[in-house]
Amino acid sequence: MEELIQVEAVAKSYGKHQVHRDLSLSIRQGECFTLLGPSGCGKTVLLRLIAGFEAPDAGRISIGGRVVSDPAGGVDVSPDRRGLGMVFQDYAVWPHMTVFDNVAYPLKIAKMSRQELTDRVMETIAMVGMAGLEKRLPSELSGGQQQRVALARALAARPSLLLLDEPLTNLDANLREEMRFEIRELQRKLDTTVLYVTHDQEVALALSDRLAVMDETGRIRQTGSPWEIFERPADPFVFNFMGTANFLPVRREGDDWLVGGGVQKISAPPKIDLSPGSSPASGLLYAVGFRPSDVRIAQPGAEVGLRGIVRRASFLGAMMDYLVEVDGATLRTAIETHEALSGGLMFRDGDSCVVSFLDLHWFDAEKLTGVVEL
Amino acid sequence: MSHVRLVNVTKRFGSVTAVNALNLEIDKGECFSMLGPSGCGKTTTLRMVAGFEDLSEGEIHVGGRLISSREKNWYLPPEKRDFGMVFQAFAVWPHMTVRENVAFPLRVRGLPAAEIESRAKDALASTNLLSAADESPADLSGGGKQRVALARALAINPDVMLLDEPLSSLDPHLREEMRFEIRDLQRKYGFSIIYVTHDQAEAMALSDRILVMKEGVVQQIDTPLAVYSNPVNRFVFSFIGLSNFLDVVRAGDRLAFPDGGELPLTSPLRDARLSLASRPSEIDFCEPGKGDLNGIVSRRSFLGEIIDCRIKTGGGELRVQKGRRAPAPDVGKSCGLKLLRPFWYAETEATKSG
Amino acid sequence: MSGISRKRGFGAAQIILFLSIAILVVVVAVPVLLIFFNAFWVNGTFNVRDVLRIIGEPDTWQALVNSLIIAAGTTIGSTIVGTFFAWLVTRTDLPCRRFMKGMFMVPFMLPSFIGALAWKMLLSPRAGFINRFFMVHFGLSGPIFNIYSYAGIMLVEVMYLFPFVFIQVCGALERMDPTLEESARISGAGLFTITRKITIPLVLPSILSGALLIMLYSMAHFGTVAVLGIENGIFNIPTLIYQRIHQSAGSFASIRTGTVLATVLVVTAAFIIWLQGKILSKGHYQIIAGKSFRPMELKLRALRLPLFLFCTVWIGFTILLPTAVIFLVGGLKTYGLAFTWENLSLDNYKFILFRYRVTRDAIWNSVTLGLAAALITMFAGVMISWVIVKMKVRGKGILEFLGMLPFSVPGSVIALGVILAWSGKYGVNLYNTVWIILVAYIARYMAFSLRANSAALEQVHDSLVEAARVSGATMWQALKDIVLPLVRPGMLAAFFLIFLPALRELTVSIMLYAPTTRTIGVAIYTLNEDGETVMSAALAGIALIIIVTGQLLVDRFIGRKNAG
Repeated sequence: MEELIQVEAVAKSYGKHQVHRDLSLSIRQGECFTLLGPSGCGKTVLLRLIAGFEAPDAGRISIGGRVVSDPAGGVDVSPDRRGLGMVFQDYAVWPHMTVFDNVAYPLKIAKMSRQELTDRVMETIAMVGMAGLEKRLPSELSGGQQQRVALARALAARPSLLLLDEPLTNLDANLREEMRFEIRELQRKLDTTVLYVTHDQEVALALSDRLAVMDETGRIRQTGSPWEIFERPADPFVFNFMGTANFLPVRREGDDWLVGGGVQKISAPPKIDLSPGSSPASGLLYAVGFRPSDVRIAQPGAEVGLRGIVRRASFLGAMMDYLVEVDGATLRTAIETHEALSGGLMFRDGDSCVVSFLDLHWFDAEKLTGVVEL
Repeated sequence: MSHVRLVNVTKRFGSVTAVNALNLEIDKGECFSMLGPSGCGKTTTLRMVAGFEDLSEGEIHVGGRLISSREKNWYLPPEKRDFGMVFQAFAVWPHMTVRENVAFPLRVRGLPAAEIESRAKDALASTNLLSAADESPADLSGGGKQRVALARALAINPDVMLLDEPLSSLDPHLREEMRFEIRDLQRKYGFSIIYVTHDQAEAMALSDRILVMKEGVVQQIDTPLAVYSNPVNRFVFSFIGLSNFLDVVRAGDRLAFPDGGELPLTSPLRDARLSLASRPSEIDFCEPGKGDLNGIVSRRSFLGEIIDCRIKTGGGELRVQKGRRAPAPDVGKSCGLKLLRPFWYAETEATKSG
Repeated sequence: MSGISRKRGFGAAQIILFLSIAILVVVVAVPVLLIFFNAFWVNGTFNVRDVLRIIGEPDTWQALVNSLIIAAGTTIGSTIVGTFFAWLVTRTDLPCRRFMKGMFMVPFMLPSFIGALAWKMLLSPRAGFINRFFMVHFGLSGPIFNIYSYAGIMLVEVMYLFPFVFIQVCGALERMDPTLEESARISGAGLFTITRKITIPLVLPSILSGALLIMLYSMAHFGTVAVLGIENGIFNIPTLIYQRIHQSAGSFASIRTGTVLATVLVVTAAFIIWLQGKILSKGHYQIIAGKSFRPMELKLRALRLPLFLFCTVWIGFTILLPTAVIFLVGGLKTYGLAFTWENLSLDNYKFILFRYRVTRDAIWNSVTLGLAAALITMFAGVMISWVIVKMKVRGKGILEFLGMLPFSVPGSVIALGVILAWSGKYGVNLYNTVWIILVAYIARYMAFSLRANSAALEQVHDSLVEAARVSGATMWQALKDIVLPLVRPGMLAAFFLIFLPALRELTVSIMLYAPTTRTIGVAIYTLNEDGETVMSAALAGIALIIIVTGQLLVDRFIGRKNAG
């Protein structure tokens, strides 16, 4: 696939605060790409660098083969000449213009003929489900409708690249889900490339063809498909960021791998390369990571696994949430209430249980620094 | 023996009945939650118990003492009720230190200085605030402020603690942590809790019993598990977690969708029009024709832990959520659906509460 | 967040910045600097001892002390009155609270020197209507109250300045989260304890900030002291400056005294502003939040009726009585006649509006000066605010400072500075023309315009402009299509914020007027000084009509949505 955006070795700082250094990224033609990261990680800055609202200190950015930012070469194409559409978190719908005028503005600037303009505007308004509301002012619209206007305005000129800066954050959960689908539909229909910035991993997983996970320092930790990111996390940060995560300390004693402070063995062998001599035979070495839903909890004796004690049982409606202690280490499980009821798995505080795992990720314990404490 | 007793409590604002003939008994040491959408009357009820609102009808007793009565026109003022209360917006006083905030209820009661000191210290210790005692609460995080509010409410060691959405201004992670803390404090001090919230998971996790309210009318009062396992009506079902509803008509002994399509299910209800209710997590996929319903997958989203699907069926769209390891068909594929725990509600009742 | 302009289009940005700085320097900074220069440089050398000598002169020292006494008394009085009324209308079950609240804000509109004029007619020792009434009917040998006194001046200032505190405290009490008080109540505190321990301490920053505003205003206030004090030899700093400049027709010695007094005034004002900033930044509690319930009401019970009567009487005395007196005296054939039908007519009003040269000129001057100052300041204000709020350029800190400067420079100081700068010493002589008044108005009202326009521009989020840029618009197109339409209400607000006060301006114009360049304020004042009391009252009545009508029109058309 052809690359539409190339970000090469970009650096950007504000005063003493270095937001990005040596950042490279490429986004393919026609894909929906998400930049996912905690707030303050610089993902919005990167989006603004691509849009042209900020200029990089070093490096190069090209869109569709054309270099748009290159401080070394003295290139800095202004945002109005980059041919993009953009949707902002706060909608940025112009309050003094009607829905029609908002959507028509990019076309007026492009001096489109009147008839063509009207057709295009009406078509785009209909596309985002706002037909019949074109004479309204933004103040007469709900938040969700305003965001649709912003989307229509960004798409009116049929740009090859659409930038979205956390556009769903201010909407309620139902609307957010609905808009997520609509953005995806529009992207397919118009064959636009989408670059989406968010801190919400659920949106990122649901929406993207590929995504990049950024950490607090602006470094990209992993790039890949939603499945790869979720199921094959590159490091503990990514694993922890993508959902509720358990980490159990595991130490090696001879050929055995023991959990927490006890002598219970964990059966699955680590998939990581263990060069002999590089690691001592004992001590805290590894951490296994797993999702609460990947823990199977059972009555003692019913299954093979680690013996533990339920420290805290919380009934959350659809889910039962147990905090289980295994030899000084704690982990959380999630089991659907109807399964717990039918399977006799309604534990109470202090009950004994057995836990086993469907999937384990082995991490070097040192890499957990700054992510979680064991 | 019940500790807090509401008898026929009614509150009207002009022509609107905010709370309608509420009867309620809460035991000593019980954690009781009032749950409902905003404007359902739960906060008004709490404010009547606190003494900030008078009653249009009925009376309220606490510990055998009459504290509010419309008939006798008798209201014990809030400052004489000896309750603890925590508000959604923290309501800690920024011009006093944390310690002064906590000591305030003791001070206005004119306790000796040494006792004020020791009881404030005890409340601060219980909420892990000793190290922040001399700071201004304005400098604390949201969670810190809410701890100050809790400590202040605890200081007089009240029998009854009123909590008005105390966690909804906090972020989700902190919310969970504070929930456990409130439960631990209750075990330690033994007060009764009346807890108001619109978050069903929070209410269920915390409470011994919950009350579900709608437009001033009680819908159900029971333990969390009982409410979840057996919601008495469509409203309660929809309010306790994600839900699907399909309209169903009865044709003799058989059930069908309004525009045709039979259903191989039976209902205990004999009404002509019914609502079939199900939870997205309580539906399994199977081969087409082998389940209770057939449908076509219209949307399928990978959300990490779960896969979220929308299935078009003869009776409307259904949402199905499966763990990511369970098989889930692709978009456009036909599939069968097995309803693991279907509920039936009479349609008349649905229109009433819809 | 981040700015819109960067090095692209550097030419335009730099020109705007330069122009903005130039305007503020010429109009604001130069006059103020000239005052300091004149005060401290004697014959080319820096001389502090001479400054101290001038301050030590009996007259100047007395004026300084008077300024302080009057400002202190007025501030304390207004703060108590303003806070009490604010509490009464927001936290008790006083009858007709809404109406009362509206009425307590009315004095804001009324020029206090017109109030002083009215009170002079009512309470001057011999001729005041009230004093005469008591002397005639009760056989008192002397007046029951002499308005030509410290107490009189302070009383009149309190009547017209307390809304500064009232509005601030009302706002704070209304926005305050009711659960702050409710949680004290559930903690066991009664309403009186809550008021003392929770409510008042929480609004204390608002009370203090309003009080300092009054202090600032009163220190530099000309009108009331000029009308009520000069008769009895009571001068404060602005009236003494005026007297010296006026009597000596601009002699070197009087200008020196003036500049020294002005320096004292500026330093005090700067100190007050600094103190206010400190209180606001340190003590500004986050007390706004949460679900809104009605705040608890204190039942006044037995005090309800007496307090209601007290408020009614207060409103009657501060608003109705003075206004009535002004209009009635304005209708008299000769001052001193009784208010009977045969003595009253509209002749004075007709004369003033259509035939009397002095007043016709004054009305014309005030309207044109107000319009010109408002228009110029409005446009300059948009440009400068744009630089301050939106541009990311070096040197805009200077602009912010210069823009805020007029807030701490009292009117009489600006007038004196303008005289120094524009009297021909530096090539341009505007003295004795309307232009010098215009320049002074611009300097005086620039801060109003900056505030209104900055507020409007801050509402225009950067993303609105950025959305236009990604739509393909150039910077200028975005300014024209997006920014200008959106700040238009702010500009309009700035216009009226300047036009209405300029219509009634006295402090600046009194220092700068020439026989043909009187403004309405000057005309009212000088007519009164010349003993033309009925003409003065009639013109004041007309001024009141213009001001109130203007204010009502503004409220009606601009509404509250653009107020903040």
